[in-house]
Amino acid sequence: MIRFENVTKVLGGRAVLDQVDFEIGEGETFVIVGLSGAGKSVTLKHIIRLMQPDSGRIYIDNEDLVAADRRELQELRRKFGVLFQGAALLQWMNVRDNVGLPLREHTRMSDDEIRKQVDDRLELLGLADAAEKFPSDISGGMQKRAGLARAIIMNPKIVLYDEPTSGLDPVTSRRIDDLIVDMRERLGITSVVVTHDLHSALAIGSRIMMLHQGRIVENAPPADFIRSQNETVQSFLESQYITKKGKWEELIHG
Amino acid sequence: MLHLLHNTGQAMFMLFEAIWFIRHAFGRRSRQETFTQLYVTGIKSLAVITVVALFTGMILALQTGLELKRWGYEEFIGSAVAVTMIREMGPFMTGLIIAASVGSAIAAQLGTMTVSEEVAALEVMSINPNRFLVMPRLVALAVMMPILTVYTNILGIMGGAVVGATQLGVSVRAYMDNATQFAANKDLYVGLLKAFVFGIIIVTVACHQGFVTREGAVGVGKATRRSVIISFLIILVVGYMITRLFYI
Repeated sequence: MIRFENVTKVLGGRAVLDQVDFEIGEGETFVIVGLSGAGKSVTLKHIIRLMQPDSGRIYIDNEDLVAADRRELQELRRKFGVLFQGAALLQWMNVRDNVGLPLREHTRMSDDEIRKQVDDRLELLGLADAAEKFPSDISGGMQKRAGLARAIIMNPKIVLYDEPTSGLDPVTSRRIDDLIVDMRERLGITSVVVTHDLHSALAIGSRIMMLHQGRIVENAPPADFIRSQNETVQSFLESQYITKKGKWEELIHG
Repeated sequence: MLHLLHNTGQAMFMLFEAIWFIRHAFGRRSRQETFTQLYVTGIKSLAVITVVALFTGMILALQTGLELKRWGYEEFIGSAVAVTMIREMGPFMTGLIIAASVGSAIAAQLGTMTVSEEVAALEVMSINPNRFLVMPRLVALAVMMPILTVYTNILGIMGGAVVGATQLGVSVRAYMDNATQFAANKDLYVGLLKAFVFGIIIVTVACHQGFVTREGAVGVGKATRRSVIISFLIILVVGYMITRLFYI
């Protein structure tokens, strides 16, 4: 579904992505982890061509994203929904208008039809009471859920999540994790999640890829990821108090 | 130099694309934003323009009038104020006020949207920011600048009439007779052309500066400042060029 082939990106004289190769299959929840500056968000931006690689190819459903012209790019982007780190809701619109924006822009639906679809999504995400509120009047967690409602309103095949739990308290973070799993199970959406939070990655991911200094150091299902012999992976796991003993033992032993 | 050319090219591309989308200005998707921008640019700027226009006319009348009075030609104050306002000061003062108020607000808003990834979100939703954000502002500035300039001209001339009547001994009737005798239609048309061009300059500079904003809140501040300074400079240079083109 998404394929990176030898993708390299140099920013400020440093290779943020260095010949990166990976593939994401349909229906997967693919989690990209790593330290700050490892190239996680840059990878995400390449998937929707908010950035172009210096070399290498990126394919979405076997279509070359790098070579796509403006019109082709618009078509390719319609396969995606994106939840940005800060939710990126338009501040002068209320939650209902924010979520309904893609429908108003890309369909001929009447205002009543748009309202109905939007209210359904808001209901799904537990935001029915916040429809009339403006982004500045709701909490960070609610903003993220509103951003997610907007991301899925056009029924995309793929949803990208950029640090979906950053800045949220642990309870709200787990709620967002549940929503990501829910999206996959109920709507069959392929998810790509960028996060620092390994607890979240292990809980929701069907595969976890770790980037370090622009290179892939591990790309494996959670059970294999936690058993990785790679030193960088081990030190990353330990930094978040994830060891092969304790609550994660069950995951390792299936 | 290469950086300047790159930025100019980017800004021109943005402007031409926004012009291309003007046909959608009052369509379903953009109507509300276009009306909002017309309101913000036109109505919300009226108070400051009223004060600046009145006092520009009054200062012009006082300075010129006192000099003319020394030679006994104070009855020509009407034409001096009217011609100066309509040809030059009306569009120029309106341009400066709009660049400082509306232009800076556009740069700050778009800059904030850029650093908070709202502009990226629009792109990802296949919503062209040049249609969604730039075009309604372009329509608003292109329509409102000439209208506001006419308003500035009228108030400036009225301010001059007040000074003429109260401090120079020139009756309002004599002032207006003299003003209408010397101000030509060409002056009005060239003044309005300037206002229209200044409007396009302000919106192009402000939107472009907003879109190239980096570095968070500090970047937004820089973008706002640059937007005002660059607009002022281009308005001065282009104002001179238009005057030269039509009067020499």
